Amino acid sequence: MGLAGGGELRAYCCLGCEAVSRSILGLGLEDYYRLRERPAIRPASEVGSDLASFDDAAVQEHFATTLDGGLREARLLLEGLTCPACAWLVEQVAGRLPGVAAVNANYTARRAMVQWDPSSVKLSAILEAIRRVGYGAWPYEEGRVALIESNERRTALRRLWIAGLGMMQVMMYAVPAYFAGEGEITPDLASLMRWAGLVLTLPVIGYSAAPFFRGAWRDLRLRTLGMDVPVALGLGVAFIASAFATVLGRGEVYFDSVAMFVFLLMGGRYLEFVARGRAAESLRHLSRLSPAGMRKIAPGDVVLVRAGEGVPADGRLESDAALVSEAWLTGESRSLPKRRGERILGGSVNDGSAFSLRVQRVGADTAIASIQRMTDRALAERPHWVAAAQRASSMFVAGVLITSALAGLAWLAIDPSRALWIAVSVLIVTCPCAFALATPAAVTVAMGRLARGSFVVSRANAIEALASATDFVFDKTGTLTYGRPRLTAVMATGAMPEAKCRDLASAIARLSSHPLDRALACAGNADAIAVASHESVAGSGLQAKVDGRTLRLGRASYVAELSGKPVPPVWMDVQDSIVWLGDEEGCLACFRLGDELRPGTRSAIDALHAMGIVVHLLSGDEHPVAARIAAELGIPKVTARALPELKQRYVRNLQLGGACVAMVGDGINDAPVLAQADVSIAMGSGSDIASLRADAVLLSDCLADLVDGLRVATRTRRVVRQNIGWAIAYNGIAIPLAVAGWVTPLMAGIGMSASSLLVVLNALRLRG
Amino acid sequence: MDILFLLVPLSVVLAIAIGAAFWRAIDTGQFDDLEGPALRIVADDDSNAASRIRGG
Repeated sequence: MGLAGGGELRAYCCLGCEAVSRSILGLGLEDYYRLRERPAIRPASEVGSDLASFDDAAVQEHFATTLDGGLREARLLLEGLTCPACAWLVEQVAGRLPGVAAVNANYTARRAMVQWDPSSVKLSAILEAIRRVGYGAWPYEEGRVALIESNERRTALRRLWIAGLGMMQVMMYAVPAYFAGEGEITPDLASLMRWAGLVLTLPVIGYSAAPFFRGAWRDLRLRTLGMDVPVALGLGVAFIASAFATVLGRGEVYFDSVAMFVFLLMGGRYLEFVARGRAAESLRHLSRLSPAGMRKIAPGDVVLVRAGEGVPADGRLESDAALVSEAWLTGESRSLPKRRGERILGGSVNDGSAFSLRVQRVGADTAIASIQRMTDRALAERPHWVAAAQRASSMFVAGVLITSALAGLAWLAIDPSRALWIAVSVLIVTCPCAFALATPAAVTVAMGRLARGSFVVSRANAIEALASATDFVFDKTGTLTYGRPRLTAVMATGAMPEAKCRDLASAIARLSSHPLDRALACAGNADAIAVASHESVAGSGLQAKVDGRTLRLGRASYVAELSGKPVPPVWMDVQDSIVWLGDEEGCLACFRLGDELRPGTRSAIDALHAMGIVVHLLSGDEHPVAARIAAELGIPKVTARALPELKQRYVRNLQLGGACVAMVGDGINDAPVLAQADVSIAMGSGSDIASLRADAVLLSDCLADLVDGLRVATRTRRVVRQNIGWAIAYNGIAIPLAVAGWVTPLMAGIGMSASSLLVVLNALRLRG
Repeated sequence: MDILFLLVPLSVVLAIAIGAAFWRAIDTGQFDDLEGPALRIVADDDSNAASRIRGG
């Protein structure tokens, strides 16, 4: 929520704080905000240890929804994830519980989606299972996200400091040993310095490196091989060998290498942490706008939305007029005037004076929540290549352990004093995390970038499919045009007067959601007419019974079929859409509907052509209309009068010919065709977002954003390939070098940290 | 060089003390906002009420 006060727009975590702020401002004490050293303490939103409270239905309303079939679905916030394998682990652990239908966790965004059967298992049991493995699990809410992030950041910083301090001090004790000649340092002093090194390396191993040991222990307990295992093994062996050397008084001591290695690892982790935070940030801007804290609103209530406030729920305007900004939806910060009765979406900002809103949908049912769910689903789903990468990385770790052991054994024969350290170097230098991190990092950053461009991805595979698309198929009505045809002319062709035709047509048209019918619904006065029964044939029209008479409204051929008489030759070559009304005796009237092209469509199509993409136009409309639009836009391949089955077959034929097809449609009427395409994109405005069945949604309805999205997808694919290529090259070079004995533990540490950091930074390039 | 037998243990103690100091600093939030304080210096502060509250 925002409140205009003291000239600034502020955001509050809850109503309580907002009320306090208003009193502060009301007393003329704005200076408090300017002078205070840090923001006020935010109360923790939920009692932390009381998991049972999350099972309460009223509480669950704010982060859980019920799906068809009785399953419940909720978004969770996870704490303590250190690498993508941790997310995978959460999925395994939670997924094994009976009653849990699906679990999907995303490492970068720290989120998880879980679907469960409330009659078999409670949400608190799921949270408990995740916590038992060592991760925090909470219902997802904004206030808690900030809290958890702050805690994780502070801990990471603490670990980094301890490691850095330890490293510098221990180096100071180690350096004399490197530079001293024989006998320059007395054995007593040498021993003292070694002990000092041991003492200062203890906190580094015990605290800073603790996550690696915990992670390795967890992996082994669950019989998996994660990247923590070789790291923990390498560190443990190095430290224990050095400790023995210190106690026994002979042999080499490598505390400085151990400490530096831990410092570099923690440094890499901290930077990766910051990068992850920024990647997740752009995805969260939607969450931040979502009105939380409004726990008492129900559909049917009338709410007062004050000036500057955010709209708390979807609803219809009760006041006469209002001015709102739907920047979250369209990306435009222009204020839109709304008239009484018009729909206003939750998450919009009131740019004018206060108005009343009759609430229709709250909480998880609002449009903004639906979009968040779509994003979550895409985040949670694992594109097939990432799942493959996880499996490969597990085998890779096994390979590394074996190689290290073999190298150690081999060197025992050649030069025993080096054997241990070469084995340690092999363990440390390899980085399977580059594989496991490469694609998820890039995909998550790309999704955030796309969301900022009003292109909401709902399926994780969409980005790759979009990048490989060779053909783009566009629907006409509602996609290339506004989809809001207007009735421009009526002509009665039968005995019935025109007014009566209009009334009948509007009565029948009301029953359909097709854009052409929606325009006809206001063509006449349908109040007095009762439609007894109706059925609709997709792509052709509607048939209805009124006053005992069977009527058809729709395409010329469909209407003429009823009477068997040919259609009168009226408006044959006109380039607008024509809808006919007829009964069993003949055609009664025809209606002419004009539709407007969206602006910017031509340049978008041109841009697609410039990228080498073949563009098609598929329309259910008559040929002249489709041809005119195609000519105007420069689309070479046009197919008119395409019924849904024909559209589907058209796409399938393209695919059989080897093409990767992207289909752009209106999301509701084109559902089957969209499902057939390799990637489907739906236009977002005006429709019920929750029921869209597409891989991606174009919220702004601007085709230029589509082209932009395509460019981002192509760049993403390129970055993923670069990352995987780098991972292969790095490991391919580093492992042989380490086995040959050319890599010291120190160099190994630097190499490993730098490698994973490079992959994440490369992915961050996609933010631009 | 006998002094080193004193200095080395002393340095260990000193390192631990510094570590403790940084720990406290992080805990009390000194590192939470790394850009804000720098910007605050250049922010305008015209209000007289501010100086009244500070007692200066």
